[in-house]
Amino acid sequence: MLRSTKAPTKMNDPDLCFTLSAREDKPTKTGFGEGIAEAAASEERLVVLGADITASVGLDLFLKRFPGRFISLGIAEQNCAAVAAGLALGGKIPVFSTYAAFAAHRAADQIRISICYNHLHAIIGGAHAGISVGPDGATHQALEDVAAMRALPGIVILSPCDATQARLAAICAVSDLQGPVYVRFGREAVPDFTPTDLPFVAGKGQVLRNGTDLTIMATGHLVWEALQAAGILSQQNISARVVNIHTIKPLDEDLVKQCALETGAILAAEEHQRTGGLGSAIAETLARLSPVPMAFTGMPDCFGESGTAAELMEKFGMTAPHIANQAIQLYKRKSAFS
Amino acid sequence: MTQRIFNSAVLKEKAMQIRRDILRSLVAAGSGHTGGSLGMADVFTMLYFHVMNHRPEMPDWPDRDRLILSAGHIAPVLYTTLAHAGYFPLDELLTLRKAGSRLQGHPSRGSGLPGLEVSSGSLGQGLSVATGLALAARIDGKTWRVYCILGDGELQEGSVWEAAMSAAHHRLGRLIAIIDRNRLQIDGNTEHVMRLEPLAEKWQAFGWKVYTVNGHDFSAMNQVFSQLDDCGDVPVVIIANTLMGKGVGMIENDYRWHGKAPGAGELPHFLESLEKSYAQVNQSTHENE
Repeated sequence: MLRSTKAPTKMNDPDLCFTLSAREDKPTKTGFGEGIAEAAASEERLVVLGADITASVGLDLFLKRFPGRFISLGIAEQNCAAVAAGLALGGKIPVFSTYAAFAAHRAADQIRISICYNHLHAIIGGAHAGISVGPDGATHQALEDVAAMRALPGIVILSPCDATQARLAAICAVSDLQGPVYVRFGREAVPDFTPTDLPFVAGKGQVLRNGTDLTIMATGHLVWEALQAAGILSQQNISARVVNIHTIKPLDEDLVKQCALETGAILAAEEHQRTGGLGSAIAETLARLSPVPMAFTGMPDCFGESGTAAELMEKFGMTAPHIANQAIQLYKRKSAFS
Repeated sequence: MTQRIFNSAVLKEKAMQIRRDILRSLVAAGSGHTGGSLGMADVFTMLYFHVMNHRPEMPDWPDRDRLILSAGHIAPVLYTTLAHAGYFPLDELLTLRKAGSRLQGHPSRGSGLPGLEVSSGSLGQGLSVATGLALAARIDGKTWRVYCILGDGELQEGSVWEAAMSAAHHRLGRLIAIIDRNRLQIDGNTEHVMRLEPLAEKWQAFGWKVYTVNGHDFSAMNQVFSQLDDCGDVPVVIIANTLMGKGVGMIENDYRWHGKAPGAGELPHFLESLEKSYAQVNQSTHENE
């Protein structure tokens, strides 16, 4: 959606750690759905709960392949979350996915008590996350879900940056992790660019671009915007490191600290309120381990509104040029600071 | 513990012991929910000492029946019944609500208490959890049952009805909900706080098989539980009419005893009242038999 061309584009950036090219534009929800269907083939305990928007959250593929392990529960998110807990108690690995705005908020108490307090392995899919949901407007734009989920003890929060990674995140959530997992993904087709052989290890950030002047730590599809922003910054002789934080909790604290020490400033970029999300998690870590100047790309404590994804990304400052501008201001602050 | 011979007198005596130890446990704790715990002592005795298929010496036995206490605040009756059934030593009941205890104020699965299936305490979630368990059992072709204990005031939570709809839709005949119908909640009479009646009709309309029973009459309860094999693929709800505080005359049917524990000074009087009421119950048993 945010590229001028739909043709594959290779990034010509000598500081990239990998060859990165946008093969196509693809929604992360599609990757999530592919991953769940793939995991189900080898994991018989996996069951999927339907909350009336099965195709909309990418789980129609699973339904088609494994109809016997699909349980329709209708528009009843609170029941879905606690039924998932019961299925987990009964030895199943349940996947409950609906729009993140409803998964994380409507069912918050059920997720807190029935899933997290029992420390059950249940996968909660937060679909249609972020401002890029677009025309549906503020009710459907989940911008506080990470804040709500992040405070829960024992939960893992995955926020993959593209469809390829969303597939791996889904497989990881089913096969590698234990306990509650919240996976956040979006609806819009966004550049699918991570190397298909790049391993996904929960809790480990990925340095995608080398840089020395500051670090942009991004999550979700803003990682792509952050990479473009680094290109803009290099033209102004600012060397930006770009890190993909696909696991917001537990945060890769070693990497956060290392980036702070090596580059002296960190810009967090996320499609979420600036309160309570990735930026807050990084700030909490740095305050303890290695304080450096920070800046935050994200929603400025307001609700979203209707518009195209591109219009809203522009309006709320989440595109590459905006991220680059914030990075320049941060770099100036860092220089004045030191 | 299957195929037990029904013996009302034995169950009554067990229920009396459980009530006594509930009171001792609450006094030691200094806080907790007395009324509902005493009120459900007969139902819990019936379940753990006659109805349920379980092995206290093997708490994780895969084929055991499961009990989900949705109304987590009456944890003292669950803990005390589990201890009497042999899941853990009776002495441990005196650690209720104390720091480091496995007997948390509301049930905590993480505490590792043997026999405790699930954490609960936020009302309105247990029937959904029980529905999930029953679905898991059916997927695996298992025949164990899930019993879910709900408070009547709890039925004011909307999510209970989401669960009721889904259990009937999925035809979960091995799910049995039991409602503690004592008609009292913290603000007073349920029908004044937020009307629940016509309760049986509501559950019927949601597709459940409904039984109404005196939750202090073991013979009547036995008749209901004996019929459960015939319910096919329809979930069952048992509306158990109970008396909050049952067994301790001075607090019976008094909503102020919902969330209060007796003081150490009150305990002798409470136990005396309990003995007296047990003697009466016992006498009526002999007369009937």
